[in-house]
Amino acid sequence: MAERSDIGEYQALTYFQLMEVSLRELLVEKGVVSEQAVSEAVEDMRRRGPDSGARVVARAWLDAEFRRLLLENGTRACEAMGIEVPATRLVVVENTPQAHNVIVCTLCSCYPRMLLGIPPDWYKSRNYRSRVVREPRAVLAEFGLRIADEVAIRVHDSTADMRYMVLPMRPAGTEGWDAARLASIVSRDCMIGVAVPKT
Amino acid sequence: MQAVAGSAGGQYPSHRPAAPARFAPGDRVRVRDSAPLGHIRTPFYIRGHAGVIERYCGAFPNPEELAQMRDGLPAQPLYRVRFLESEVWPDYAGRAGDTIDIEIFQHWLERA
Amino acid sequence: MGGLPAGRVEATEHDYAEWERRVDALMVLLSGVKGGTPRMTVDELRKNIEALGPEAYDTMSYYERWVTSITQTMIQRGVITTDELGRKMEQIRARGEGGCKP
Repeated sequence: MAERSDIGEYQALTYFQLMEVSLRELLVEKGVVSEQAVSEAVEDMRRRGPDSGARVVARAWLDAEFRRLLLENGTRACEAMGIEVPATRLVVVENTPQAHNVIVCTLCSCYPRMLLGIPPDWYKSRNYRSRVVREPRAVLAEFGLRIADEVAIRVHDSTADMRYMVLPMRPAGTEGWDAARLASIVSRDCMIGVAVPKT
Repeated sequence: MQAVAGSAGGQYPSHRPAAPARFAPGDRVRVRDSAPLGHIRTPFYIRGHAGVIERYCGAFPNPEELAQMRDGLPAQPLYRVRFLESEVWPDYAGRAGDTIDIEIFQHWLERA
Repeated sequence: MGGLPAGRVEATEHDYAEWERRVDALMVLLSGVKGGTPRMTVDELRKNIEALGPEAYDTMSYYERWVTSITQTMIQRGVITTDELGRKMEQIRARGEGGCKP
């Protein structure tokens, strides 16, 4: 396919990009979706990101009753904070001094997308999915996280209808911090389990 | 999606199961060592291994059937099963208490 | 895939192209997450990705696998036909010698 040199921002479509445009146009023509619905869904997903998860974690650190609800039914807890997570059965697993949790989907790339946004490339990679179930401590070490021998690792493989998020431990030195400040130290990687919050 | 009220329906009940759940938390179960064709959500690496029911998740349409454009009903009981990493991998290099939790449908489980 | 030998995890990220975001959005819409009649399930998405075979992991990117799977599913479901798809792809290519914003 030739490039249009007169219009700088245009470039030849790949076969798959051509397929995307074609599929979308056909579906719009048939009334299956509308262009507007596609645009809105793109923008909706763009707005979803780890910030929401961080707010949930911060609230759990500050509010024991919310923490209890979060661990019992993660979806209802998010909704209680005004965070809509459609089609998501969220299970929150808490890190403790005895256990550190890490999430994976070995079969594809299941992830709590409606809460945390689109997952990072590495989470979907063959290397992560193959190795974290078999040598979690080595994989965490590659992320710069060393888990002490006396702490058990709990790997969660999301094979079915639940979606998982880690509730990290609140680090020492955060006494008196407000929700916003606490949320600022909770990264996406902390909620997947390959990092822990740092002050 | 019909909701099943009460904790007897599991943490996130989706449908009424065809039959009551066979297993309870704490039960020791083994994953069938079967390798049929089609879309399967029981990972290869866990087939044949034994673990303990960690929780009952509720009943859900069978993904093997959903993948084939069928409705996956009647819903099948789904469990979180906890396995010891050291029992799953002969060369496991972590700690003895490390575990892996996987969601497995009842029809892939037998009492161990 | 769990437990197979594999290399070091490269903590890469990339900014998703608009066409990739549209593929993602299409899946959200077609699976009925936003309400509306579901036209397919994530299970069919996964099944058709598996059907691409293991080499697809090396030869195709994540959303290339998705768009192929979704399109295949729409054909299987009878929402579109192979002929319609072929003609549409030719039409779009002819529209601008393949030139479009990706």
